[in-house]
Amino acid sequence: MLRFALRRIGVAVCVAFTVAVFSFFLLHLSGDLATAIAGPESSAEQIAQIRVEYGLDRPIMAQFIDWLVRALHFDFGRSFYFQDQVTTLIAGRLGVTMALGGMALGFALLVAIPLGVVAAIRRDTWIDRSALMISVFGQAMPSFWFALTLVLIFSVKLRWLPASGGATWKHMILPVVALGTYAMPAIMRLTRNGMLDVLAADYIRTARAKGLSTAVVLFKHALRNAVIPVVGLAAVQLGFMLGGSIVIETVFSLHGLGHLAWEAISRNDYPVVQAVVLLLSVVYILVTLAADLLNAALDPRMRTG
Amino acid sequence: MTAAPLLSVSDLTIDIPLGGRTLHAVRGVSFEVSRGETLCIVGESGSGKSLTSLALMNLLPGRLKRAAAAMSFDGIDLLSIPERRMSDLRGDRMAMIFQEPMTSLNPAYTIGNQLTEAFLRHRKTTRKEAFGRAVYLLEKVGITAADRRMKQYPHQLSGGLRQRVMIAMALMCEPDLLIADEPTTALDVTIQAQILLLLKDLQKELGIAIILITHDLGVVARIADRVAVMYAGELVESGPAAPLFQSPAHPYTRGLLECIPQPGKTRPGEPLGSIPGLVPSLTGRVSGCVFRNRCPRAEEACSGEVPVVAFGDARRVRCLFAEGVR
Repeated sequence: MLRFALRRIGVAVCVAFTVAVFSFFLLHLSGDLATAIAGPESSAEQIAQIRVEYGLDRPIMAQFIDWLVRALHFDFGRSFYFQDQVTTLIAGRLGVTMALGGMALGFALLVAIPLGVVAAIRRDTWIDRSALMISVFGQAMPSFWFALTLVLIFSVKLRWLPASGGATWKHMILPVVALGTYAMPAIMRLTRNGMLDVLAADYIRTARAKGLSTAVVLFKHALRNAVIPVVGLAAVQLGFMLGGSIVIETVFSLHGLGHLAWEAISRNDYPVVQAVVLLLSVVYILVTLAADLLNAALDPRMRTG
Repeated sequence: MTAAPLLSVSDLTIDIPLGGRTLHAVRGVSFEVSRGETLCIVGESGSGKSLTSLALMNLLPGRLKRAAAAMSFDGIDLLSIPERRMSDLRGDRMAMIFQEPMTSLNPAYTIGNQLTEAFLRHRKTTRKEAFGRAVYLLEKVGITAADRRMKQYPHQLSGGLRQRVMIAMALMCEPDLLIADEPTTALDVTIQAQILLLLKDLQKELGIAIILITHDLGVVARIADRVAVMYAGELVESGPAAPLFQSPAHPYTRGLLECIPQPGKTRPGEPLGSIPGLVPSLTGRVSGCVFRNRCPRAEEACSGEVPVVAFGDARRVRCLFAEGVR
């Protein structure tokens, strides 16, 4: 298990490095940064001055190594637009995004796994069919529309919850539900199908032949094997929710990473874009790593492979 | 009969509903098993022998319907006891091993965990004691370095080893009855022989009754005290192994025996027997002798009622023209 973990961590570091290389060079290959920073109406002298000021006149490898070393010290330079250190800027936004993504995944898992299990056990009954309907509904609905509908019902009509902002935990409920609902259907269906496969397996018959109770058969023998694919999916979903929660963040005026990325891109704020891309990639890599390790803990066959 | 049989089944029927129609998979099967004896249930694929064994343990898939005139295990009526008491018997006094050792163990748990599970469920005991018994049984079924095996996972063991683990698992609570559903089918011939020998030895030593489900007559000849032959969901012939092999009464049993080569008797190149025709459909109403469409002796009367006739030394046959009856 330790050897497996070390190898996976090694792979993760390599992937993170590759991502860093790409995020740096893609930006520098996308055009002359000095011209972009200076703006369309600046003179040749101004551009040349900016080039020197930002160190853009140096060889690209030197720039890259310099950037990488500073990135490893969490120094991404100053934002062009916000006049603030990129690190400070991100630190302020990261918490919101992490809380939103984490809680949304938690909500999705909490609803989807029990629902999937029940749907599998009560296959082809009204419970199974309702679960399927919920999943189709969750998948088909655009998330901004669902988010606005939630606001309309719970904030405008019922006045139970605030409509926007992120001041208290009450502010988080609607965004978490909206984002979680989006992740739920896939997890639910994977759990259901996994359970159906596993329940038909020979070792479940063996477990029943031992006289074990239904609860032990379901939760010890079946569920553990059924959730193995769910772990991988949940990791992908979480990665997606961390980077892709822009729509939800916008609807609820939550200033998270997604929102920051959107602002930075629309204002050509390169240091911020670069840092956000790198950070989200690293988070994604860490989440995948955690999923791999969790899977190996659940399934001994993966520890050797 | 001196003592009451350990297990007795009378008129067991299993129906499989198929959207409006019904498949009568097992019909009117009756047999007994005494303490310490081996009953082999023989039949081809689809003859209902595995369903019969699952029905004894009440492990049939939910949509299948089990019915019987009577079914008792050591005086306990298996038809009326609640599921909770049935699960007390399962894995304790009645144990089962299955055909597929490769998939019958849970990949996520160690051998030790799965071995001790039933013991911990059925006995007031400690983990340490359960572990000790598991190691003892692993050694008994011929597994070396049992201590180390306890910590291994199923995927680290070969098929033969896994089947030995399954046998050890079934023996954990010293069952009175062991049902083995084709325990050697998935294994190669040398391992097959080892496993059969092991079952025979264990039976001699522990005095358990065994129901061995198989389609392999070679296996039957080696291990059976009594044999029950199933065809298309019916028990066509049953009786003590030696006379049944010597003078099979039912045309199907005779046909089956002609299909296997006999050392010393069958010359190389000589064609083996075969039974022409196909198994009839069992959906809808099934009446008369099920074998009549393939039987060389069939007559008009065979489509009517065919009773089970007792004859000889505790033998029974379901045929109007059975050999050696009277």
